Amino acid sequence: MKLSGTEIVVECLRREKVEVVFGIPGGAIMPLYDTIDKNPSFRHILTKHEQGAAHAADGYARATGKVGVCFATSGPGATNLVTGLANAYLDSIPVVAFTGQVISPLIGTDAFQEVDITGITLPITKNNYLVMDVKNLASTIKEAFYLARTGRPGPVLIDLPKDVQNAKTDFHYPEKSRYSGYRPTIKGNLNQIKKATKTIQESRKPIIYAGGGIITSNAANELKIFVEKTNIPVTTTLTGLGSFPENSPLSLGMLGMHGLASANIAISESDLIIALGTRFDDRVTGDIKSFCPKAKFIHVDIDPAEISKNIKVDIPIVGDVKYVLSKLTHLSEPKKEKEWLAEIAELKKKNPLQYSRDELLRPQYIIEKLSEITKGDAIIVTDVGQHQMWAAQYYQYLHPRNFISSGGLGTMGFGLPAAIGAQIGCPKKKVICISGDGGFQMNSQELATAVMNKLPIVTIVMNNGYLGMVRQWQELFFQKRYSSTSLEGSPDFSKLVQVYGGKGIKVTSKNDLDAALKEALSSEQFVLLDCLIPPEENVFPMVSPGEAINKMLGVDQS
Amino acid sequence: MKHTIAILVKDTPGVLARISSLFNRRQFNIESIAAGHSEKKGITRITIVAQGEAGILEQITKQLNKLVDVLKVRDLPREKSVERELALIKVQTKSTDQRTEIMQLVEAFRGHIIDIDKQALTIEITGTQEKINAKLKLLDSFGILEISRTGKIALYRGADRILN
Repeated sequence: MKLSGTEIVVECLRREKVEVVFGIPGGAIMPLYDTIDKNPSFRHILTKHEQGAAHAADGYARATGKVGVCFATSGPGATNLVTGLANAYLDSIPVVAFTGQVISPLIGTDAFQEVDITGITLPITKNNYLVMDVKNLASTIKEAFYLARTGRPGPVLIDLPKDVQNAKTDFHYPEKSRYSGYRPTIKGNLNQIKKATKTIQESRKPIIYAGGGIITSNAANELKIFVEKTNIPVTTTLTGLGSFPENSPLSLGMLGMHGLASANIAISESDLIIALGTRFDDRVTGDIKSFCPKAKFIHVDIDPAEISKNIKVDIPIVGDVKYVLSKLTHLSEPKKEKEWLAEIAELKKKNPLQYSRDELLRPQYIIEKLSEITKGDAIIVTDVGQHQMWAAQYYQYLHPRNFISSGGLGTMGFGLPAAIGAQIGCPKKKVICISGDGGFQMNSQELATAVMNKLPIVTIVMNNGYLGMVRQWQELFFQKRYSSTSLEGSPDFSKLVQVYGGKGIKVTSKNDLDAALKEALSSEQFVLLDCLIPPEENVFPMVSPGEAINKMLGVDQS
Repeated sequence: MKHTIAILVKDTPGVLARISSLFNRRQFNIESIAAGHSEKKGITRITIVAQGEAGILEQITKQLNKLVDVLKVRDLPREKSVERELALIKVQTKSTDQRTEIMQLVEAFRGHIIDIDKQALTIEITGTQEKINAKLKLLDSFGILEISRTGKIALYRGADRILN
């Protein structure tokens, strides 16, 4: 039987078990939208901006581990996806985007709503395709999903000219395709793994530095088992939060620019860094030349290009961290470095997170309270800025996929649409979006999407009247010249959400917080808490840009 | 340092753009790039000569390998490979004497005259880049009107191949 291009897309998505697509129709993608209306095999969530669709697909993928899918039309629809795709690319999130394109004879003529979206997204997608012949469509979609979810995952874009959407061909979905140029290494070299176990055995002050790769590869359990056998303390990156339970005495929490002092000091003292699914990002290492001067490095990553990119490693292991960890556990001897563990315990005791526990509604207090009430069981989705760091520092993460945040790209505006994606992917879980008054306004139009779809997301806006993180840098490094960081003129967020049909609560004092949080968390509708926090609260600890990570501001290191 | 890199790619639209953008991002200067069919149908062989540090080259090689349409990337060290470049050179001729002089020169360095006109001669030279550069220097005094060079292509010596 012959199928049209759009029928092929729908059939392929059905076979890839796609449950939901986020998107917005427009001229060049109307045939596809017409087909999904006639033949609904998945849910379609109409966002209010294509950036919202891309972030929602990303949030859905992070919360569920499945591939997120979004649709947009040609031209401006496609360019509006760009930030979302770059965001997914930098954090290795599996997303497949379909864009409409002008009819193929018009490509290259600057036709109405034409952009070269495969050209534009070339450096921010794992791969992209302009499908010029409907005969190649099914195999292209198969390949796109395969690429998006395997190896080091990432976004893939498929651009579909309108005439290709309408053209008909015999449908054949390849069971398996051969990708001669794409063969991710899964198992890891056994000799390297053996060398690693020997080095681990010989180390006196080992530390595990775990990243988002643990979560991507669903390896949190393997990590836990490895640590149970070897008693090696664990620090995680921002995207690695939840990869190891933070209530364990072996957990050091997050490291890096706004990491915990104990984590930054411990890793600087360590003699062996076991880096798992992570990439020595500059926000983690600080000044790379003074990063862990006494340590040897073992680096496990599925992407060979990450090995020795930023730091020369002693024992590289290219492979899937889930597989490599279980092999490491199997080959390792039980181990317990008592002196080192005592030193770690002492470091943790001496360097707790600190903020002023006075009568003011401090952001750190809000997160602590939230952590206490939800017991680490909620999905925390953040935007980008100070609130993101407080959420990373003060919430106790116990499970993978419970912390969703824009790490690599640092995309303000990510929070709300990503929370929508997460809530749709996990309808039974409590999803909490923590945002700031700056980032929230970058995609606040998605309030309509959330309310319309009856999503019981709790959104906490940490409202300090500033682009807070920029203001903090201005305070510390630009002699307090607050150039264009005041957000004077912002709306009353608790009223704004009501206009959209959600519930809004304004929280102005510490005493009101508990009741407001409980009301929000038990509500079945969308609730926004507008929390008025002290305007000039800072995020500490902080490593100044270009400094060594054990030299922190806001930490008493006497 | 100068490096010669051979790349086998699937012949897909945009593959050259993907490759050159990687070099560009890491500020690795491409000196020449030559692409053409390989011994396998649908597979293109690209030879790139580029200038830059060895550490960055290693990173670029890894990034190239990540491209889905790239099948194989290999460095071609000078001592292990044979290399050639083709150049077409158009030289001004002002008199018959001068023309004879140029033709003798071309014969001496085993080039070919492929087009003759009253005012100009077009010469074909193949050789290593250094050889071509040396010959260009010789011809320079006559007045070179135009040059077109293919960029370097190369193969491993002996039976070694890019795909082992």
